[in-house]
Amino acid sequence: MTKPILQVENVKKYFPITGGILGKKIGDMKAVDGVSFHVNEGETLGIVGESGCGKSTTGRMLLRLIEPTEGTILFDNRDLRALPKKEMRKVRRHIQMIFQDPYASLNPRHTVEKILEEPLIVHGIGNEAERKKKVSDMLEVVGLTSYHARRYPHQFSGGQRQRIGIARALMTNPKLIIADEPVSALDVSIQSQVLNLLKDLQKEFQLTYIFIAHDLGVVRHISDRVGVMYKGRMVELADAEKIYQNPLHPYTQQLLAAVPIPDPEYYQADEQAAIQFGTLPSKYVIDDSWMNIDSERDDLIEVAPGHFVACRLK
Amino acid sequence: MPVLAKRENETNELQLEEAVSPWREGWKTFKKNKVALVGSGIVLFFIIIAILAPLLAPYGINEQQLSIRNNPPSSEHWFGTDDFGRDIFSRVIYGARISLWVGLVSVAGSVIIGCFLGIIAGFYGRWIDTVISRIFDIMLAFPSILLAIAVVAVLGPSLQNALIAIAIINIPNFGRLIRSKVLSVKQEEYIMAARAVGMSDGRILFHHVLPNSLAPIIVQATLAIATAIIEAAALGFLGMGAQPPQAEWGKMLADSRQYIIQAPWTVLFPGIAIMLTVLGFNLMGDGLRDALDPKMKS
Amino acid sequence: MLTYTIRRLLMLIPVLFGMTFVVFFIIRAIPGDPAQVILGQQATKEAVAQLTEKLGLNDPWYVQFFHYVKGLLSGDLGESLRSSAPIKDEIWPYLAATLELSLVAMFIAIFIGVNAGIISAWFQNSWFDYVAMILALIGISIPVFWLGLMEQWAFSLELGWLPSTGRENVRDPVEVVTNLYLIDTLIAGRFDQFGEVIRHLILPSLALATIPMAIIARITRSSMLEVMRSDYIRTARAKGMRMFFVVYKHSLKNAVIPVLTVIGLQVGLLLGGAILTETIFGWPGIGRYIYEAIGFRDYPVIQSGILIIATIFILINLIVDLLYVAIDPRIKYN
Repeated sequence: MTKPILQVENVKKYFPITGGILGKKIGDMKAVDGVSFHVNEGETLGIVGESGCGKSTTGRMLLRLIEPTEGTILFDNRDLRALPKKEMRKVRRHIQMIFQDPYASLNPRHTVEKILEEPLIVHGIGNEAERKKKVSDMLEVVGLTSYHARRYPHQFSGGQRQRIGIARALMTNPKLIIADEPVSALDVSIQSQVLNLLKDLQKEFQLTYIFIAHDLGVVRHISDRVGVMYKGRMVELADAEKIYQNPLHPYTQQLLAAVPIPDPEYYQADEQAAIQFGTLPSKYVIDDSWMNIDSERDDLIEVAPGHFVACRLK
Repeated sequence: MPVLAKRENETNELQLEEAVSPWREGWKTFKKNKVALVGSGIVLFFIIIAILAPLLAPYGINEQQLSIRNNPPSSEHWFGTDDFGRDIFSRVIYGARISLWVGLVSVAGSVIIGCFLGIIAGFYGRWIDTVISRIFDIMLAFPSILLAIAVVAVLGPSLQNALIAIAIINIPNFGRLIRSKVLSVKQEEYIMAARAVGMSDGRILFHHVLPNSLAPIIVQATLAIATAIIEAAALGFLGMGAQPPQAEWGKMLADSRQYIIQAPWTVLFPGIAIMLTVLGFNLMGDGLRDALDPKMKS
Repeated sequence: MLTYTIRRLLMLIPVLFGMTFVVFFIIRAIPGDPAQVILGQQATKEAVAQLTEKLGLNDPWYVQFFHYVKGLLSGDLGESLRSSAPIKDEIWPYLAATLELSLVAMFIAIFIGVNAGIISAWFQNSWFDYVAMILALIGISIPVFWLGLMEQWAFSLELGWLPSTGRENVRDPVEVVTNLYLIDTLIAGRFDQFGEVIRHLILPSLALATIPMAIIARITRSSMLEVMRSDYIRTARAKGMRMFFVVYKHSLKNAVIPVLTVIGLQVGLLLGGAILTETIFGWPGIGRYIYEAIGFRDYPVIQSGILIIATIFILINLIVDLLYVAIDPRIKYN
């Protein structure tokens, strides 16, 4: 069993809702409401859920790009939330992020070289010649050429831009990469190329991934374990195969049922054959009333080895 | 390092294309804009006149010949003479120095202070933003010339104080512009990306936020120079700016207006000079807006 | 909408308070002893000291400020040092003169500006468009005081068509009721004098209207062009609607928002420009009232005068903001 590189304990993010004549706080928007999980070194944890479920907010909180309201984040056994800002910035060398929109996440006024070199400058890595060398090496690694270094982002296609975004994340030799829907903005034909690149890079550089997506199909392709989020909470967390073969929580089941079938004719004979719904051990019960009304929610319980579901004991 | 990924085919096609920076693209658009080029030409013309004033002016600014008071334009005095027998052509030429100086320096001052305050407000938000924004609101609640008059009333009438007053009244315009620009740039994902990389606030500000806010500042500054020149002339006209014997266009108008019936040229030429200079900056500013910041066009 | 209006009104309070504070301090910072100025250079030290005491100028600044704000809240604008009359009673004729001038100027600017903009947009790239836009460009660059001087020279001193200064024929005045002479002459049934008042208004209001007119024409043209290129106008035209209806029903309604913005902003320019225009045309307005008060170190007049102008200015901008929300359903008000 590998050791966990990141442990997340009961992390919450509440945004204030204001209203009325004086703009006073009248309530909380619970974007993330108590999420716990861990990530082992070298694995890929997929986080899925519909838009607005808090998965991106969770990803950003891990880097403290959004300050959590509550909770603990341990990275390499260091409590990130206790770090002063300056120390936190240094830690970001080891945790990097790949963003969803390759058009928006690259500064339009900087050349590719400047974009890639900047993380090295920020963390004081190498001298100028070494940095330039690393930039052109990294461009080759992600499938571009050093010739592209002097170009501006708008001169590239979406897939190429995402490769630049990936190269930027790799520049500081990070241990953990948080990929926030890295392929959702791309054409389907480019998606698999980028996913394969990410897989290859993981092997080559011993990377750990947190892979955030709204698409179960994409996540299945790349993840070792998968967590399913709904309305700011984790409802199920298990090995990827278990999630797909034996989904226990009704929301996960709904989500799987919604995955488009690649070849409808093939499945026409038996529509439900593709999805197997598992059954929960009889001593547990799932109260899913909170999915519609705002009621007390259940915590994750390990109902089978490595399989966590939000439920309670009967 | 190993090459892990297969190159996309399109990369080869791209190799023929030159790297195009957003600034160079803006310059291309600007070059095609004839009206903007005319404006820049006018501005350049007045700058050259201002620099070469001692060489171009046939007479000194205060060279009085009382025998030729209020003489109409002639071959010796192209724009005629004023009530002291001074050559108006020479005084208009020297006036370009004063007006451009006031315009450029006061706007530079407002840009620097306005940007500083606007950046702090936009970047740090919270109570700092509230305080600075309210101060801007209050300053903008006064018609600008009125505020300038009040400031000059405090400091005492002089060209330098008029310059300071004009700089002060323009601060909130730039402050607000930068603040809103910082706020919108701050929302961009590449700023989030910069933070994720581990960048400090200061570096984000100077390497990402400021360069991306530069275009609207340049546009606004060019247009503000035009306004500043008019405001300086207005203060001069009210006797609250340049003092005699300085050859300031607004002051020249004020001094000559009582002779307007006998010698209309004494009022005509300084006014045309103000109008042309201001027109030049306005045309140039419009062109820059179209070239650098198409979204700002209203 | 009501909540929004109330909130905007509440937000005015700190701005108004801040304005009062700023004006109060600027005035106190003007060099020169008002008591000395009032009494003249020959006055004895005792007399100056006595007057200083009487004016309350020996009190600490916060006491003076407190008294001033207390007075303002009860509608007391202070007393003029020069005339010893309450400013409240003295200021209205000046204010009315400026209002009359500004309103007429704004009306001219909007009427000519909007129509010129529409015609320019409809006949884009025609000679009318070119001439109008070149004039507009010159219009935004022209110094209002110079334009005023040239108008005065050409139309009144040289040609003698129009009077060069003042508001009315002073030899035959009409009884003052509202101080808006256009209304007063009508109340008195004096149509000859009404014509005189209009003749007096033409030059200053044209000078004052030039810049806003130019800006409004430019903005109207560009927003009309944008609207006219939009799909729904193309649809309307394709459906065979007549040009008149297309322009006035669809385009104008959508072009009104940017024009409204400009009008809101121009009010400040107008009030500021009024000071210069009033100086040139001997117009007894609030700009001149304040400007002369500065010369006399008449603190209370400067203070209250500036405050009134600024208050009018922000109220008009508030109304413009509220109008936006009322006109454009896309603008959300939070």
